[in-house]
Amino acid sequence: MNKLDELLSAIGWTDDAKNGAFSLRENGSCAALNSTENIQITRLPDGKGIEMHIKEGTKGETAYIPACVTKSGVHDNVVNDFYIGEGAEVTIVAGCGVHSEEKGEALHHGVHRFFVGKNASVTYREKHIGTGASEDKKINTVSEFFLAEGATAVVDSEQLGGVDDAQRDTTATLEKDAVFTVRERLLTNGSNTVDTNFVVYLNGENSKTDVVSRSVARGNSTQRYTSRIEGNTICTGHTECDAILAENGSVDAVPGLLARCADAELIHEAAIGKIAGEQLMKLCSLGLTREEAEQKIIEGFLK
Amino acid sequence: MLELKNISFKADDGKDIVKNISLTVPEGQIVAVTGPNGGGKSTIAKLISGIYTACEGQILLDGKDITALDITERANAGIGYGFQRPVTFKGFKVRDLLNIANGGEMANDDLKEIMGTVGLCMYDYIDREINSNLSGGEQKRIEIASVLARKRKYNVFDEPEAGIDIWSFRRLISVFETLRKTSSAGQLIISHQRGILDIADKIIVVSGGVVTREGAPSEILPTLFDGEDFRNCPVGKRCADE
Repeated sequence: MNKLDELLSAIGWTDDAKNGAFSLRENGSCAALNSTENIQITRLPDGKGIEMHIKEGTKGETAYIPACVTKSGVHDNVVNDFYIGEGAEVTIVAGCGVHSEEKGEALHHGVHRFFVGKNASVTYREKHIGTGASEDKKINTVSEFFLAEGATAVVDSEQLGGVDDAQRDTTATLEKDAVFTVRERLLTNGSNTVDTNFVVYLNGENSKTDVVSRSVARGNSTQRYTSRIEGNTICTGHTECDAILAENGSVDAVPGLLARCADAELIHEAAIGKIAGEQLMKLCSLGLTREEAEQKIIEGFLK
Repeated sequence: MLELKNISFKADDGKDIVKNISLTVPEGQIVAVTGPNGGGKSTIAKLISGIYTACEGQILLDGKDITALDITERANAGIGYGFQRPVTFKGFKVRDLLNIANGGEMANDDLKEIMGTVGLCMYDYIDREINSNLSGGEQKRIEIASVLARKRKYNVFDEPEAGIDIWSFRRLISVFETLRKTSSAGQLIISHQRGILDIADKIIVVSGGVVTREGAPSEILPTLFDGEDFRNCPVGKRCADE
């Protein structure tokens, strides 16, 4: 298996994916692309990205949009727009793998904009991974969600190691009855840095959001989490950042709530600390070594 | 046989918590340890499980000295330990904990049996996260289930009844009775509950860090509170000299 195939496999690409709608991006350009009857993908004129149009009422289809950078010196900038038609229920599997052995920056910078139609639902799965000896592997992402009345977006995002520097900015704007859910999992090690930011505008009546980030900071890595939930009408919002620190890892968590309406119900939680001694003792009492117990606790936490 | 020989333990501030205690838990028997709060009962449980290390004395497991072993080594040598206060884990499901306890993936039938034993429906609980959304009683039952899934030679339960409603308490009693009938495991149960003391083969009363009495329930229970001084109880409670 060559590096590209390894990366693709690690970020969720399968042979079956080729039978459906997909756009495969390699080292800054579109390597392959396929549309289906319900999911049309077109390249943008400048070659810097794609537009995906999902027909209204499409149910149960999955589109794949993996992107890989396999060497240093590549600065991949991409802008992808997704238009999800009314009443559609689809899954979009994104993923970015960056591999580099040599000195020099290897960068993927992706801007994804989701226009989710009335009563449509999209699950967006995103997996970021870095491999190789270079310490200059970067992934920067900007994800923007625009949710029409009754629309739902679920973001399931993980970055579990190998990316040296990541900037992750996610924003969502919700109309009436729209729901925006985020489950983010991060693991950093060595001298990795991650800056993850969420901004959610609850503009429509009875809109809801639940933004949860769980992370583990190991080695000398640093993480920063900010969230800003803005309740502008009757709405509910919850944001939570839970982080485990190991070795000399550090995490800043700044959950923010802005209630602009008396009927906005907003909650934030943040808990940072090392693995609780009782948790280790419990698993050791079940026969695990301290190291095995730590590993199990972290695996469970990030699952 | 699990045997504690002349075990002593001091707190960080030098205070004697357990003073020269000796006791035995024979295979296939239930030994209940009871006594006033703060008397050293939970410390004994932690000394057996390896959470605390004795300052003096020896702990023998079927004749083998396990005093110097850590928690993991004791667990693998044959000690099961049920925490008084169950531990919660974000992201951990009940299934995950029981699989770890079992040392590998458990079959659904086995999970059903163990969950049923502690009064929980497997289908309702097995994929629930062990977090604060579970009630104290639910957490406690899962804790007990994790010990049962270990199938160790000697189990130590620290107040297994705590947080369990009276309906489930009867079932808990039957769990211990069934264990005695169906396995050769020895059980040391720290308890304040008469129901558990009644089914014990032996009751050990610990107070002030020492064993004050031990014997069969018929011998101990009728005079359990004799000589106890309640004068320091809060206002409104029974007072020894009233």
